Amino acid sequence: MAIASFVFYLLAAVLVACGALVITVRNPVHSVLFLVLAFFNAAGLFILLGAEFLAMILVIVYVGAVAVLFLFVVMMLDINFLDMRRGAQRYAGIGGAVGLVLLVEILLVVGAWQLDPALAGTGAAPTPAAAEMHNTRALGNLIYTDYVYLFQGAGLVLLVAMMGAIVLTLREREGVKRQKIADQIARRPEDEVKVVKVSNRAGI
Amino acid sequence: MADLFQGVWWSGYALPALTVVVYIFAITVPLLVAVAYLTYAERKVIGWMQLRKGPNVVGPMGLFQPFADGLKLFLKETVIPSGANRVLFIIAPVLTFILAMIAWAVIPFDEGWVLADINVGVLYLFAVSSLGVYGIIIAGWASNSKYAFLGALRSAAQMVSYEVSIGFVLVSVLLCVGSLNLSHIVTAQQTIWFAIPLLPMFVIFIISALAETNRAPFDLPEAEAELVSGYNVEYSAMAFALFFLGEYANMILMSGMTVVLFLGGWLPPLDIAPFNWIPGVVWFALKVAFVLFIFLWVRATFPRFRYDQLMRLGWKVFLPFSMAWVVLTAGVLIAFGWLPTPA
Amino acid sequence: MASLDRTARSFLLTELLGGMALTLKTMFKPKHTINYPYEKGPLSPRFRGEHALRRYPNGEERCIACKLCEAVCPALAITIEAEPRDDGSRRTTRYDIDMTKCIYCGLCQEACPVDAIVEGPNFEFAAETREELMYNKDKLLDNGDRWESELAANLELDAPYR
Repeated sequence: MAIASFVFYLLAAVLVACGALVITVRNPVHSVLFLVLAFFNAAGLFILLGAEFLAMILVIVYVGAVAVLFLFVVMMLDINFLDMRRGAQRYAGIGGAVGLVLLVEILLVVGAWQLDPALAGTGAAPTPAAAEMHNTRALGNLIYTDYVYLFQGAGLVLLVAMMGAIVLTLREREGVKRQKIADQIARRPEDEVKVVKVSNRAGI
Repeated sequence: MADLFQGVWWSGYALPALTVVVYIFAITVPLLVAVAYLTYAERKVIGWMQLRKGPNVVGPMGLFQPFADGLKLFLKETVIPSGANRVLFIIAPVLTFILAMIAWAVIPFDEGWVLADINVGVLYLFAVSSLGVYGIIIAGWASNSKYAFLGALRSAAQMVSYEVSIGFVLVSVLLCVGSLNLSHIVTAQQTIWFAIPLLPMFVIFIISALAETNRAPFDLPEAEAELVSGYNVEYSAMAFALFFLGEYANMILMSGMTVVLFLGGWLPPLDIAPFNWIPGVVWFALKVAFVLFIFLWVRATFPRFRYDQLMRLGWKVFLPFSMAWVVLTAGVLIAFGWLPTPA
Repeated sequence: MASLDRTARSFLLTELLGGMALTLKTMFKPKHTINYPYEKGPLSPRFRGEHALRRYPNGEERCIACKLCEAVCPALAITIEAEPRDDGSRRTTRYDIDMTKCIYCGLCQEACPVDAIVEGPNFEFAAETREELMYNKDKLLDNGDRWESELAANLELDAPYR
């Protein structure tokens, strides 16, 4: 177990350090790369917990897709860092105040929270033990039975968000010539080209 | 001395660690040789298809050509552009190479011949192949060169797009197996290889694999004619060699994935006398070589896609088609009661 | 019906498979490449390769230092110095060609009234340093001696068209 706890503290320390670096490093590209490293360490923690499915999904979805798109956008930004610093100093007071309020609220919630005694047995083991069934199947069983409406609802929210983004950015412009690839492929030389025998000096 | 090799630290930690290191070498060394000879095979096959001979001077039939090329790259000078971000510039090729290597941990070469038989093997492969884009995008950005950057952006958009259809192809295979473990996927093909019932998915997977590995006809990130080789313009010597090794190891990896998912892994084509005498690892290697030959064959045959057509193919053709096929597969499996019940 | 046919063909990837069949067939055809250092392609008698200064059969050098080649050379690759020899005939004391400047246009051999400077059939004279490509008179005469049989044969073959 010594190695497991050593690995846990290693991953956790790197995770926290990366989280701090994400918001402190000067270059936004570096900050996205630290975010990626933080995701990785979080995935490592999931594996330590025996939740390898969640770890892989975290890597595929967040590191493989979301962070790539972040990086994509951030790399194309042309930011003047001096201006950004000056702005940050002006709003530092308000930002700090909002952060403090949030922190106090979270502390209050965490400090006052306790499990309803009636539910004491149910919350502990919502899934069967890892030895009986591996966690991909356990997760699927839960999501698609007990929580199917919530799961579908979450999917619908994402769908609406996606449609919203498309509706906001899709512009129909008049007079734009578009390719019709099927028509282009369907063209045959015999339909388009006429071979004419032209006698000398006679024209067509 | 003798009591050094007793106790829990030796049998519990050191010995397993040592065996794993030996296994890792047993996988990576043949893999790197395979990469070297893949570059040779590529030049030979494309040469033959263009009525040329390909490399034939270094060694018998040019067989030592890859080592001559490697030696040349090894002896060259590593140039780091003055405007480049030094750390990321060095990390990018290393990352590409490492990612191409670590994915091999879960590939089963034969019955039980697998370094890490984890039960989310498919997801692990998918995750590692989706990380491949980082090496390229970091290289493009860190080079501080417009060609490299354009190549990196193209590559990022392309790889993210084609991963989506690869994901759905994987789902339709997983529906037929009922497990995420690669060895289970192979044994599920005992009766019939998935390439036959899932033929359209097989074709989509091969085409998406071409796009995922930035191979012709989808090699826009390194389009020589317009981007003067894209994200690796600024690289030289061993940094370039690492990119090159990584790229070709990724090709072999995608072929290995195709073989495991669709062509029955280490299983012989027919389970009868002359075929099942040959060990499974040989069948696996033969099938990987065949898929790699398709990669090279396609490169010698087709011209490069235009970028908007590439995106159209990914999002408007492959994505809807593979989604529809997932629904169809699930429907057929449910309707005929063929849905596998996992352990 | 035609559109159904077209759709079916595009889903069956007939055009792509047709293209791949063509390349596969080509793969087994005899190759056009020759095995270069061991096999060589035919050269025209007019081939313009490495330069040479020729001699008459009695061993006398042909060049009379008229400097027409130096004058016509568009790349200014030729440098000639001349003074009368002991027997009173006009000969070069220096005849240099900078092979790194030369564009192998063949104007020098066109201009030569005595067929002294010619471009021979040799094209394999790559060197490891620039200095080796600064040819002087000795080197050029040596080339002439070495390639004389080929040079004479080529000139004879080309003579009807001059």
